[in-house]
Amino acid sequence: MTSYCKIDHVDKIYTRGSTETCVLKDITLDIEKGEYVSIIGHSGCGKSTLLNIVAGLTDATTGGVILEGKHVDEPGPDRAVVFQNHSLLPWLTVYDNVRLAVDKVFGGKKSRAERDAWTLHNLNLTQMTHAKDKRPSEISGGMKQRVGLARALAMEPKILLLDEPFGALDALTRAHLQDTVMGLHQKLGNTVMMITHDVDEAVLLSDRIIMMTNGPAAQIGEVLTVPIARPRKRLELVTDPAFLKCRQRVLEFLYERHRFVEAA
Amino acid sequence: MNMPVAKSDISASIPSAPTSAVAKIVPLPLRQTAMNTRLRATFVKVVSAVLPPLIMTILLLTAWQLLCMRPGATLPTPTKIWTEAYDLIVDPFFVAGPQDIGLGWRVLVSLQRVAIGYGLAAVFGIALGTLIGQSVWAMRGLDPIFQVLRTISPLAWLPISLAAFRDSQPSAIFVIFITSVWPIIINTAVGIRNIPQDYRNVAAVLRLNHFEFFWKIMIPSAAPYIFTGLRIGIGLSWLAIVAAEMLTGGVGIGFFIWDAWNSSRLPDIFIALAYIGIVGFVLDRIVAGVASIVTRGTSAN
Repeated sequence: MTSYCKIDHVDKIYTRGSTETCVLKDITLDIEKGEYVSIIGHSGCGKSTLLNIVAGLTDATTGGVILEGKHVDEPGPDRAVVFQNHSLLPWLTVYDNVRLAVDKVFGGKKSRAERDAWTLHNLNLTQMTHAKDKRPSEISGGMKQRVGLARALAMEPKILLLDEPFGALDALTRAHLQDTVMGLHQKLGNTVMMITHDVDEAVLLSDRIIMMTNGPAAQIGEVLTVPIARPRKRLELVTDPAFLKCRQRVLEFLYERHRFVEAA
Repeated sequence: MNMPVAKSDISASIPSAPTSAVAKIVPLPLRQTAMNTRLRATFVKVVSAVLPPLIMTILLLTAWQLLCMRPGATLPTPTKIWTEAYDLIVDPFFVAGPQDIGLGWRVLVSLQRVAIGYGLAAVFGIALGTLIGQSVWAMRGLDPIFQVLRTISPLAWLPISLAAFRDSQPSAIFVIFITSVWPIIINTAVGIRNIPQDYRNVAAVLRLNHFEFFWKIMIPSAAPYIFTGLRIGIGLSWLAIVAAEMLTGGVGIGFFIWDAWNSSRLPDIFIALAYIGIVGFVLDRIVAGVASIVTRGTSAN
């Protein structure tokens, strides 16, 4: 029985001249269909590298990723990425940014009118229809991230990769977007892999939290299953013992056993 | 009590009570309608843009006039230029004979040469710049050569092009081309090299093919750089054409200056200089205008 998405014994070694830096060591992880998995760790522990390997933007030195029985060796829309810095094309409107992805992925399968409807549908999912004719420079950071999310969802990916999607946002906007992502995950049942360094965010959104040890040669230190039923309510969770316990486990891992010494 | 004030003039006023023998003028406050505020704003803007250069021009012309009025002055005064070159100033498009035509015609002939030379330079420069920008080795190999070649004066190319083409018309066009192509190549290459990794990642995830990547990512992303090159290029072409025409002859504005010098018509030269300056300014504004329309959004990021 193979899993939906399997990260299989992935090592990543960067070679510069004669020095070799091992970033990731022996990462093995199975992700089930519809599961929301967060990867948490200190800065520089290689979690973004891991996401890039799944996305196909970086090659693993040894090992590999298998998605629905198929080996991943190049980037593709079946593994849509929401980048930390939104990466919208500034010369296109919000609509055109999403439409570019829709046209590329569904160019042969859907008619022009269907593609238009699908673009608008995805903008509507992230509540961005109102700004569809604006350019990225005219909307706020949170809105840009919503458009990035709409673009990724519009590709109907097998797995949605979120690379610290809320990292650059203020706390209130972040909470808002987390709720949107949680709602969409509930509604659409996407498989999600998210990189984060925010403990509350990881516990709130995830089914499982993968805790990475510090680099170099980062490994999976601990895996925590979050036993909180969905739908989850932000306000109710604050006093939920299960939430607090999960939160404590992650905090202990990050700040006691694997304290980030260089930052101290 | 609502007296409609239709006049937009600030001194709008009405006579007050008719009972008094002497009508008293009571100024009413101007009603600030959207229309007249906008009109006033535009008026102020135009005046503040036009007035300072106008005053400076008048001052400079006066200084020139005073300096050249002394006996023994070598250059003509503005008034002398006005009277002696009157026919050139008032009618740019007269035709009095095969070699006696208005400056407007001459400028158009020069512009035609620039259009061909610069057009070729733009197409060739962007294409070559795109290729070089994509290849580290092409950049390393060719960039130093271009950096040397671009410093060569346009006129230094003229004998070589005359030797190669054996005709003045293609030689002049070649000089325009060779002068304006370097900044276009170099800026395009830099623009292509500076495409952010983010956009490349997006293209990779979407699996854009080379053609789509070129049109949808590369060109829009590099557009601000390309237009910087194009703007420098048009300025250089206009500089080069005047010099080239002085040597190759023909009908253009450059040859006119040389011809006027040889027949001691100094006032005509001043008029030609004014033409060259204004046309150069207009060319620069046109390229800048096109750039601001095309790169809308891109440069705002």
